[in-house]
Amino acid sequence: MTTHKPAARGQAATAPPERGPGPVPVPLIVNDVPYTLDIEPRVSLLSALRDGCGLTGAKRGCDQGTCGACTVWVEERRVLSCLTLAIACEGRRVTTVEGLAQGGELHPMQEEFIAHDAFQCGYCTPGQLMSAVALVREGHAGAPGEEADPAEISEWMSGNLCRCAAYPHLTAAIAAAAKRM
Amino acid sequence: MTATAPPAQSPPAGEALGRPLRRADGREKTTGTARYSGDHAPAGLTHAALLGAHIAAGRIRALDTTGALAAEGVRAVFTHENLPRIAAQPPLLPSLAGGPAPGQTFFPLQDPEIHYAGQPVAMVVADTWERALHATRLIRVDYEEAPSATVLDQIRHTAFEPEKIFGGLLPGRATRGDLAAGLERAEVTVDLTFTYAANHQNPLETCTTTASWEGGRLFLYDSAQGPAATQHTLAVLLGLPHADIRVDSHLVGGSFGCKAMTWAHPALAALAARETGSPVRLALTREQMFTSCGHREEQEQRVTLGALRDGRLVALRHHKLSPTSHFDDWAEPSLEAASQLYACENYEGRYLLARAHTMTPTFMRCPGEATGLFALESAMDELAQRTGLDPLELRRRNHAERDPVTGKPWSSKGLQECYARGAALIGWERRAAPPAREGDWLIGLGMATAAYPIVPPVNPQRAKARVFADGSALVQAGVAEFGTGATTAMAQVAADALGLPVDACRFEGGSTDLPNVSAAVGSMGASYTGAAVHAAATALRAQLIAQAIADPESPLHGARAADVTLAGGRMVLRDRPETGESYAQLLRRHMQPDAEATGSWGPADLTASGSSHAMLTFGAQFAEVAVDADLGVIRVRRLVGAFAPGRVLNARMAANQLMGGMLWGLGQALLERTFMDPALGRWNNTSLGDYLVPVNADVPEVTVELVEVHDEAVNPLGVKGVGEIGQAGTAAALANAVHHATGRRLTRLPMSLEDLL
Amino acid sequence: MRPVSYARATAPAEAVAAVAADPGGAYLAGGTTAVDLLRQNVLRHDRLVDIGDLPLAGIEETPAGGLRIGALTRMSDAAAHPLVRERFPLIAEALELGASPQLRAMATMGGNLLQRVRCAYYRDAVSPCNKREPGTGCSALGGINRGHAILGTSEHCIATHPSDLAVALTALDARVHTLRGAGERSFHIDDFLLPPGDTPHIENPLEHGELITAIEVPDTPTARTSRYLKIRDRASYEFALTAVAATLRLENGRISGVRLALGGVATTPWRARHAERLLLGAAAEPGVFDEAARAELAEARTTPMNAFKAELARRAVVRVLRTLAATPEGQA
Repeated sequence: MTTHKPAARGQAATAPPERGPGPVPVPLIVNDVPYTLDIEPRVSLLSALRDGCGLTGAKRGCDQGTCGACTVWVEERRVLSCLTLAIACEGRRVTTVEGLAQGGELHPMQEEFIAHDAFQCGYCTPGQLMSAVALVREGHAGAPGEEADPAEISEWMSGNLCRCAAYPHLTAAIAAAAKRM
Repeated sequence: MTATAPPAQSPPAGEALGRPLRRADGREKTTGTARYSGDHAPAGLTHAALLGAHIAAGRIRALDTTGALAAEGVRAVFTHENLPRIAAQPPLLPSLAGGPAPGQTFFPLQDPEIHYAGQPVAMVVADTWERALHATRLIRVDYEEAPSATVLDQIRHTAFEPEKIFGGLLPGRATRGDLAAGLERAEVTVDLTFTYAANHQNPLETCTTTASWEGGRLFLYDSAQGPAATQHTLAVLLGLPHADIRVDSHLVGGSFGCKAMTWAHPALAALAARETGSPVRLALTREQMFTSCGHREEQEQRVTLGALRDGRLVALRHHKLSPTSHFDDWAEPSLEAASQLYACENYEGRYLLARAHTMTPTFMRCPGEATGLFALESAMDELAQRTGLDPLELRRRNHAERDPVTGKPWSSKGLQECYARGAALIGWERRAAPPAREGDWLIGLGMATAAYPIVPPVNPQRAKARVFADGSALVQAGVAEFGTGATTAMAQVAADALGLPVDACRFEGGSTDLPNVSAAVGSMGASYTGAAVHAAATALRAQLIAQAIADPESPLHGARAADVTLAGGRMVLRDRPETGESYAQLLRRHMQPDAEATGSWGPADLTASGSSHAMLTFGAQFAEVAVDADLGVIRVRRLVGAFAPGRVLNARMAANQLMGGMLWGLGQALLERTFMDPALGRWNNTSLGDYLVPVNADVPEVTVELVEVHDEAVNPLGVKGVGEIGQAGTAAALANAVHHATGRRLTRLPMSLEDLL
Repeated sequence: MRPVSYARATAPAEAVAAVAADPGGAYLAGGTTAVDLLRQNVLRHDRLVDIGDLPLAGIEETPAGGLRIGALTRMSDAAAHPLVRERFPLIAEALELGASPQLRAMATMGGNLLQRVRCAYYRDAVSPCNKREPGTGCSALGGINRGHAILGTSEHCIATHPSDLAVALTALDARVHTLRGAGERSFHIDDFLLPPGDTPHIENPLEHGELITAIEVPDTPTARTSRYLKIRDRASYEFALTAVAATLRLENGRISGVRLALGGVATTPWRARHAERLLLGAAAEPGVFDEAARAELAEARTTPMNAFKAELARRAVVRVLRTLAATPEGQA
């Protein structure tokens, strides 16, 4: 069944300002550093970070949203930068793996990744790290003072492929880091 | 060293080998500063993108590139009509051999013929990646399509027995004893046919080359298992002196075989850079990774076992049928370790090939043995059932004390201990009881033998060692780091050979400007490079000791070289360790900035025992699975692998690699398959959403157990390799566990729930 | 990806006007389908109107006791919402089983209903495909179709509807609220997600430029005892081979209320009304469950590669009903 209601607004809407399709200046704030890139609206956040900001930590594994190697944060959310348009991130805080360590001091998650040998080739690692820290923040590595449930960590890390299959070490590293965060 | 490295990082000088030290590149890899081939951006970098054919056979009638050329930012469009011809096509030879190593003997964009879907038909160069990709969509190609055949069912009637396979290195047929007589004598026979889906390696880093020309020299960043293979292959393809090509491959984002050989893209990137006059990065898309760098071929294997009632084998027949390309006779070597695994006098192995409209198949992790052992070890499980023997007991009864192929003794083995340790860890005694059931889940246990060959080097492997006047050491060899931990392990090898603390030693690899080593393939990276590094460091140590002995100002002056050793990071007299000096003291006294030596290890250095022994790495795989009784879903609960890989250079990284191999076995067993659409002649599921590899949630508890074996024949360090053995036999252990749980013998890989409904 | 222009809308009516006025216009919300398929050259829009800033996110109770879920609510936020978890556990389960955590943090509830099929022939931008290029034929019919539909198919298209969320919503008689130039309207979800029939390229009744504003889930007390069972090859992060969304209520051993919808097996989320009719009032016994499932699947049209789905779906229905019947909360 379909129901119809009259138009809610009588007045004609004004069109939002349109930009592109050619290159336009796009201001971005990445790891608290402001950048202004001259890019086409079709450029992904991943491309903008890598080719525009020179931040090559986020990796292009598929460009289709299936591998997680490009995971970064937009505000507090962990997102796939390959499926995010850079221009849509104007006015939002972007954080990449390069922004995890503070003043040369590694983040506990980075330290535990090293301590648990949670990688081999390292290509998925930036995405794994960004998911891992977000996962703890989301509460999937146990509440403070609680033991993490490895199965819960595994499920909430399943958007990040590791073809070297260092998965058990990843899970262990995250559980260990969660206690220190 | 980073602030995070614990004191345990620094074992006493000379005691680094085998220790579970942390990865030397851990900080770079966790901070996003590690640079892979696609992370280098020379000034003026442009981007290339390929357009692949969507037909599998035929020819290009006409091409229209005007739309692409008119698109914003496009610098050039190359097709067979305007790309320069290659100078020569080198023959196919595995990169282990150290020479030119093209993945196939067909080079695209040279003529209008189409031999397989995905074959590049055009290459666009543009100022951005987005623009290059988009412009490929604007190229109009008019094809004259011809009938294609891409799957075994279409071509099995054309099968032939090749004289040689695998780049001419292996015969198409091998026999021993009298198979017919053996089968005649058999009291129990098992005859099973196994089918395997095609697989793709899918490392997370797609193949990427960044090419630039400077003064007639070609510089490449290339994601490769061996930068030298890229250099040698491109020298022939482009008609350049080897000396004019430098290839850097510092960090590689996984390979698993698809970067073991040199495919078309590095040469295409080089040509594009030369023709446009700008640096070019060519990064394959994920979809193109299915049609650009080989695959593990679809296959069918038939195993016939003949045994006496007590389980002892008297006949083994193992045949394999697989599709290859129209230009090369390639089959992964599935019948090799399987022919040596058990004491069986009568054997016949045959490879059969049929030509298909695909590219030439290639290496994929645990090449050959991953599929061959699945067939043999599943058949052995069936034989155990038919003879009423415990599967482990059946293996023990057929244990080969010597290599059944050559009659030679093993260089080392350790298999019986692997069986025992693995069985204890998984609780194999539970298998004697009826299979357990937990709610809807049927629980089963399975096991299989693992083995992987050791291939001696074809040519000398070289490394260079330097000690500086500050006491630090730099050791170099052109090996790539793709996750094996070579950078870390080679520093450990060098440190012990030089008698220095490992923190004082840095290993550098990944460039053809460094001493030449073969591509790190076939689990031989640690062995080949390790032997070369060991030789270089040992030579340098001997050189410096000799210098000290000859130096009137040295406390060691006049000593016999045999009486000098390294202790506490110093050259000292063996029986008076307080007498001596450090390398640094010696060098500084002579105002020498450094000392340097090269080392080499090759065929000539293989001791007599090397050729008088048979060499395989052995292990045992155990698995526990749960199968949903109604829904057919298979979930792995536990994997236990016990391996005897000889000397382990770094226990932490070896265990990680072995675990990864076992989980690759899980993927092979339960998930991985590339569907070929025979009507269209194209791979169907060319994405990581549709080609399923294990995710974190698929992974069970994994136990890796190392069994020590001492091996003096394989190489000076006794290293047998850990890259592949982890996967060998895993799929069979899982299938055998499914059989135990359900009574169903699954003979198709991957096994999936529809096989159990 | 073709060159596109970009505008960020600040009001729904403004967004609707901008997209409606341009045949090449489309909305950009989470982007998980749009950016992917634009890059694949499957979608060919050249103007994107970003609706991410529109005030259409959030979950509130309706006066009738149901929930109104704003179209721009992220999947992750909806799954975590206490009201959703308490009243409609099957929605939360479907959402959490529905994609990776990153995709769930990006994708919106409205966009989820509009996600495109996973058929490889649709997505490769080259193969004959009636959904992408009407009249070119269906490559999946005789091709690789292990994941394809067995219910609701036509000779023109057998692509499976990929959404898990939509299966749960179908079981719950959800409504989809929209806004277009001529005003607001709403659809029962059964009327919103359309089977392919002769027009597989038409997947829903939305006019060009019409915007989903909210999803309304009516009060469904039985949904507190509900389950979303998803069966797939991988343990996580994969589209369903078969899924079952169900609610069940028993009185004195007899079924007094049941909702049943199937996913992964049909061209739309498949409300198993035939099975529901057979189950209502019947004894809660495995034989009854099995009979109802068989009846629902009697009209399945399978191929050699996906024939297993009929059997799998039958068993999955029995499993879910058996599980719910054994749940104490299912007993009235």
